[in-house]
Amino acid sequence: MTNSPLTPGIVPGRLPAAAYARNFDDHEPAFDMHEARVAADRCYFCHDAPCITACPTSIDIPLFIRQIATGTPEAAAKTIWNQNILGGMCARVCPTETLCEEACVRETAEGKPVEIGRLQRYSTDVAMAKGVQPFTRAARTGKRVAVVGAGPAGLACAHRLAVHGHDVVVLERRPKAGGLNEYGIASYKATNNFAAREVEWLLQIGGIEIRTGVELGRDVTLDQLKADYDAVFLGIGLAGVNALRAAGEDLQGVRDAVEFIAELRQTKDLAKLPVGRDVVVIGGGMTAVDAAVQSKLLGAENVTIVYRRGQEKMSASGYEQDHAVQAGVRIIHNAAPVRVLGGAKAEAVEFAYTEDGPGGLKLSSETFTLKADQVFKAIGQTLAGAPGGLAVEGGKLKGHAAKVWVGGDCALGGEDLTVTAVAEGRDAAEAIHAALTGG
Amino acid sequence: MANLAANFIGIKSPNPFWLASAPPTDKKYNVERAFEAGWGGVVWKTLGSEGPPVVNVNGPRYGAIWGADRRLLGLNNIELITDRPLEVNLQEIKEVKRKWKDRALIISLMVPCDEDSWKDILKRIEDTEADGVELNFGCPHGMAERGMGSAVGQVPEYIEMVTRWVKQYSRMPCIVKLTPNITDIRRPAEAAKRGGADAVSLINTINSITSVNLDSFSPEPMIDGKGTHGGYCGPAVKPIAMNMVAEIARSAETRGLPISGIGGVTTWRDAAEFMALGAGNVQVCTAAMTYGFKIVQEMISGLSQYLDEKQIGLNDLIGRAVPNVTDWQFLNLNYVTKAHINQDDCIKCGRCYAACEDTSHQAISMSADRVFEVMDDECVACNLCVNVCPVDNCITMVPMAKGTVDPRTGRKVGDYANWTTHPNNPASRAAE
Repeated sequence: MTNSPLTPGIVPGRLPAAAYARNFDDHEPAFDMHEARVAADRCYFCHDAPCITACPTSIDIPLFIRQIATGTPEAAAKTIWNQNILGGMCARVCPTETLCEEACVRETAEGKPVEIGRLQRYSTDVAMAKGVQPFTRAARTGKRVAVVGAGPAGLACAHRLAVHGHDVVVLERRPKAGGLNEYGIASYKATNNFAAREVEWLLQIGGIEIRTGVELGRDVTLDQLKADYDAVFLGIGLAGVNALRAAGEDLQGVRDAVEFIAELRQTKDLAKLPVGRDVVVIGGGMTAVDAAVQSKLLGAENVTIVYRRGQEKMSASGYEQDHAVQAGVRIIHNAAPVRVLGGAKAEAVEFAYTEDGPGGLKLSSETFTLKADQVFKAIGQTLAGAPGGLAVEGGKLKGHAAKVWVGGDCALGGEDLTVTAVAEGRDAAEAIHAALTGG
Repeated sequence: MANLAANFIGIKSPNPFWLASAPPTDKKYNVERAFEAGWGGVVWKTLGSEGPPVVNVNGPRYGAIWGADRRLLGLNNIELITDRPLEVNLQEIKEVKRKWKDRALIISLMVPCDEDSWKDILKRIEDTEADGVELNFGCPHGMAERGMGSAVGQVPEYIEMVTRWVKQYSRMPCIVKLTPNITDIRRPAEAAKRGGADAVSLINTINSITSVNLDSFSPEPMIDGKGTHGGYCGPAVKPIAMNMVAEIARSAETRGLPISGIGGVTTWRDAAEFMALGAGNVQVCTAAMTYGFKIVQEMISGLSQYLDEKQIGLNDLIGRAVPNVTDWQFLNLNYVTKAHINQDDCIKCGRCYAACEDTSHQAISMSADRVFEVMDDECVACNLCVNVCPVDNCITMVPMAKGTVDPRTGRKVGDYANWTTHPNNPASRAAE
């Protein structure tokens, strides 16, 4: 049996075996030393640099780039990690074109910013390859902190707490630590098991115990944690998924994009991962792009992203949109799903064009139908499994309560970015440290 | 296309670009490649006395410093004069000159500092039909330890003496090549002139250590764990060389003495600058060693275009900037300028602010939204902001019109007045 992109239905092995490794390789290769030095030399070492302001973790970017330029990438990495302990992953997944690189004065000057993200990756890669954790713990305080969720926010919080000498227990409902770094981003952005390697490296600090398979609400309650620990940090992310609210949503072949991405990330042999011939992804964010591009890379013949509003409203960055289009994904704007058509299995999706006016989004009477044996829903995640008794605003946990701090995607404020989660986890750790040490 | 044909002390060449006496001119093969590429002349790598030739080190002989993207900015070398037998060089020089009659071919010489040695070598080169000789009084390494090269160039009396011998025993035009490793370049130039030199050429290389290996703690280039000072050249030395050329060009004692300009010439623009400062032609080495002989084609086209645009001939360019090189004491103290930042061009990097605020006169303001503006009442017009700004012409120096009030000093901008008449100058008061 050999399948091809033309094989109907949701089937594995659409491509020759060798194609998978190639398709899912690093989508932006790492700099070598010379390239890094040349790129670093473009930095103007701005006064009170705009890139630092634009970085949610406020990394001293001009300093770390100068450290690369002078041949000390290890010192550069330390500068990065001082602010962002997941600087390696952020170098890979940050939408730099809307953060530091957008603010770069060379973007203003010539439309070609210093390649800050790639330089950050270069220095953190070089330093991580030494296998040494550059931070050491302060004397143990005897204080114990529970961190719920081993995603970017929880890990950043745990590391900073450990540095301050506190003992940390991280509770994670999934089998592995890493959160969306491990389960939620496109495979080609963090190749060679980078998410897991970064966690392993981070834990070298000591004083952090990770307990996987433990879910808040199911295995342990917030009250128990508050009783057993000196402080609790909640970085539980957004575990819920928005429903399509269209007829046929429960047909076979209709699935949440985040679940597909997670499965893909945990699949050792991608030739065995089934994918449709005609894939339709509904949504306009990074998750939609990651699901669509990876469907294409798995050998789907036609992949279409359909977003209900205009291009300018897409939360996927321009760079990500371009990447999708270059990978062969078609993006349709201003159309919303009306129903999924089919018998037991999905066969097509009917869409109506939309009009985005002052009164909100309206469906027009004009419709079209896309063939679809696989439909991915990527229309946003929601807070789920949050303990009661905490203030919620706009579907997110609001600020800190007695002994409890929150951060990451589950918390109010900031964009749902890895780098934002790291900043919030880190800052929560500082607040917890201050509270525990009577500061 | 401007005519670049040059006549330097009677030596004609189709353009004023010569290759300096150095590794690129050590043998026929290289020199012919240079002529094929378009070079107007070459100064053949320095010949020594008859007998066993010198030997070179068998490890690295060059060191370097680099800018961005490993652009070579400065090179140093510990190579000696030619290590090929004299007879071979003489034979090849003769062959090349016969074949390339329109090109200048000068022979560089360095022999011990006694009359017989010079008399002998001059006789040996006579029938090569070379166009002239250049006396290597500049080489700062190796040969200087043996009492030649810069060891001679650092003693004006020796320069004069040897030059005299050369003029006595040879009818060839004589160029004296000067070392920059001295305190006042005018003294050796004056000595050469007194000895009867037809021209001077400068600069030879500068004593230097390009880098230190921080693992082995040896200077580079390293020979078996040790290093020695080498001669520094390339773009990095151009400002030093141009000053020395200008000093000779404007000095009353040496004014009019033809100069062959050397030191970091890499492009037509460098050549034009040397010539404006009084050089009758230029000699090039490092640029050719970095990029190959083909660079002369850019030099030819660039200088031609420039002369055409200016509607001047090559000879009009020579020395054109010399009258404007003066002493500090004659600079107009009533020339007041203020830095001006063009906000449309500003990319808001803040380098001008950091430079002015940290290291200068606190004359640039920075707003919360990163607008940088010059405060005229603080600006002393030092030009540092202009120099550190990464955008061409974003910051400019705007002269204040005569009669307007300088907000920094509260004084009206007046007529030309210099230090010699300034009230703070003790000498000027004494003269009253």
